[in-house]
Amino acid sequence: MTAALLTTAASPARERKYGSISRDRRWALRWSYFFLTLFAIFFLMPPLYMLITSLKTSAEISAATNPWWVYHPTLSNYIELLGSSQYLTFFRNSALVSVIVVGVTMLISVPAAFALSRMRFWGSAMLATGVFLTYLIPETLLFIPLFKMFALINEYTDIQLINRWWVLLLLYPTLTVPFCTWIMIGYFASIPKELDEAAVMDGANYRQILTRVFIPVALPGLIAATIFAFTVSWAQFLYPLAFTTSADQLVLPVGIVTTLIKGDVFNWGQIMTGALLGAAPPLIIYAFLMDYYIAGLTAGATKG
Amino acid sequence: MVDAALEALSTAGGRSRRSTLRKAMERKSTIAFLMTLPLIALVALLVLYPALYSIHLATLNKSMERFVGFSNFLFLFKRETFWMVVRQSCIFAITAVIFKALIGFIVAHFVHNIPSRGQRKWRGMLLVPWVIPPAMSCLAWLWLFDPSYSAFNWILDKFSIDPISWTGDAYWARFCVILVNVWIGAPFFMIMYLAALKSVPEQLYEAAMIDGANWWQRMWYVTLPMMRNIMAITALFSLIVTFANFDIVRILTAGGPIDRTHVFATWAFWIGIQGNDIPLGASVSLFMVPILAVAAVFILRNIHRRASEMS
Repeated sequence: MTAALLTTAASPARERKYGSISRDRRWALRWSYFFLTLFAIFFLMPPLYMLITSLKTSAEISAATNPWWVYHPTLSNYIELLGSSQYLTFFRNSALVSVIVVGVTMLISVPAAFALSRMRFWGSAMLATGVFLTYLIPETLLFIPLFKMFALINEYTDIQLINRWWVLLLLYPTLTVPFCTWIMIGYFASIPKELDEAAVMDGANYRQILTRVFIPVALPGLIAATIFAFTVSWAQFLYPLAFTTSADQLVLPVGIVTTLIKGDVFNWGQIMTGALLGAAPPLIIYAFLMDYYIAGLTAGATKG
Repeated sequence: MVDAALEALSTAGGRSRRSTLRKAMERKSTIAFLMTLPLIALVALLVLYPALYSIHLATLNKSMERFVGFSNFLFLFKRETFWMVVRQSCIFAITAVIFKALIGFIVAHFVHNIPSRGQRKWRGMLLVPWVIPPAMSCLAWLWLFDPSYSAFNWILDKFSIDPISWTGDAYWARFCVILVNVWIGAPFFMIMYLAALKSVPEQLYEAAMIDGANWWQRMWYVTLPMMRNIMAITALFSLIVTFANFDIVRILTAGGPIDRTHVFATWAFWIGIQGNDIPLGASVSLFMVPILAVAAVFILRNIHRRASEMS
């Protein structure tokens, strides 16, 4: 359309001008593809290198051959790792923690977001801002006082929290709930008021408005929040590193970093296999629900 | 309006039967408060209380028996490592955010340039670094940087360049840490900027072209002003996250060589958890608060302005 506008503006040299613009456009396109390929190589190199290394034997890794190519592909790393009860324990711990945290997060943040976006009450605006501010407090600021707090709880009540995987069920919601509440407020606020008025006319109470109207209508937002909560819980590294130490209590990221590295011996084939399998669940979710994932990412800053 | 309707309904239902308590329970503000109660409890107990508690912890001595006032902070001020950590944290965060924003901006433009059919595929591919858990991708980078079997040094060797001790040399280690951070964070900027680019109305560009604006002028007078809000808020978000980053430094260098890559988070972990000096660790991590607070104030101002523009 712009090209057409320009050519009519420059009617005397119509043919030549039109040709040059489309040629410019073609070159711009070629350069775009060229640079995009370069960036894609940069962005995809580490995961690809994980895959390459995971298919090698230790002998091939330590031989001075081309590290970027697999000469004798083997699945032995995968078989060994999936047969080791320790790795499966990490996987189970990670899966349990992530799934429970996602459930808890949704149970806390969806009703709260509903109340904050639709039922104005004393302090509700301040609370919404407060929730957002909480999201800005990083975990690196909180892990030391939390560690001390849990140690004190153990001292006074004999409840052992540190070095148990379920301590993470208390810690992860502090990372997921504020953000999920925040984006759900955004999604709920964008639902037209006429919808809940119609529901009230039909005699619905608050619970019914939430479950029959708001949750179905805001389902994309709910999915985005769920994905966010899952990926954050799956990827969290600092809390499990500080709060769990025994091998049977570790979650995947920490387990790979601390147990597959034995002393100074790095068994890179296994480490890369473990890391790739650990990265698989978020990657699979992303592959199938990319649009929700991206909607959730952009919602944090663009809604509100 | 809904509330009024609901209240009318409930009062019409049976004014006489209900006790005062039940009436109170059915009042809108009570229900709303109960719905937000778990959230309030969580934030108060596991975020606000620890945040305040860390201030208290920072004023105790190492065995946590005696109040020592500011002497933890004074002790830190006298240590050279502390000032190194301050400098490194700032360099790390600022350089990384600048490069993330720059690369994200450039890549977003390239993706925006190509026909919209292919955009989804490219966007999906380019966001992969953001999706992989940082701890996992850092392991891949650590292996790429490996001193004896480094895949990068193998390439350098093909061009007969001397091998580089990627994580062993202080300057290269800092470079590596920032590089990995840019690798992880740039896709996020790309996605945000792409969303912003798509929201610029096409008519503005057409109008600018009719007025004879060249590419730079269109960029400067149309694209940038339209994207300014999103650019600012993304950069501020990223600044907070980068400044408080832990995973990357911890896995790639663990602060070494000789503390040359420590940032606040990793140093606080080193002192507080591994060194078992919780008060000193708490004081180190408290130094993150000022810069986080400044960024938070700017983000809030931006959000409030947008909220008032919308209503």
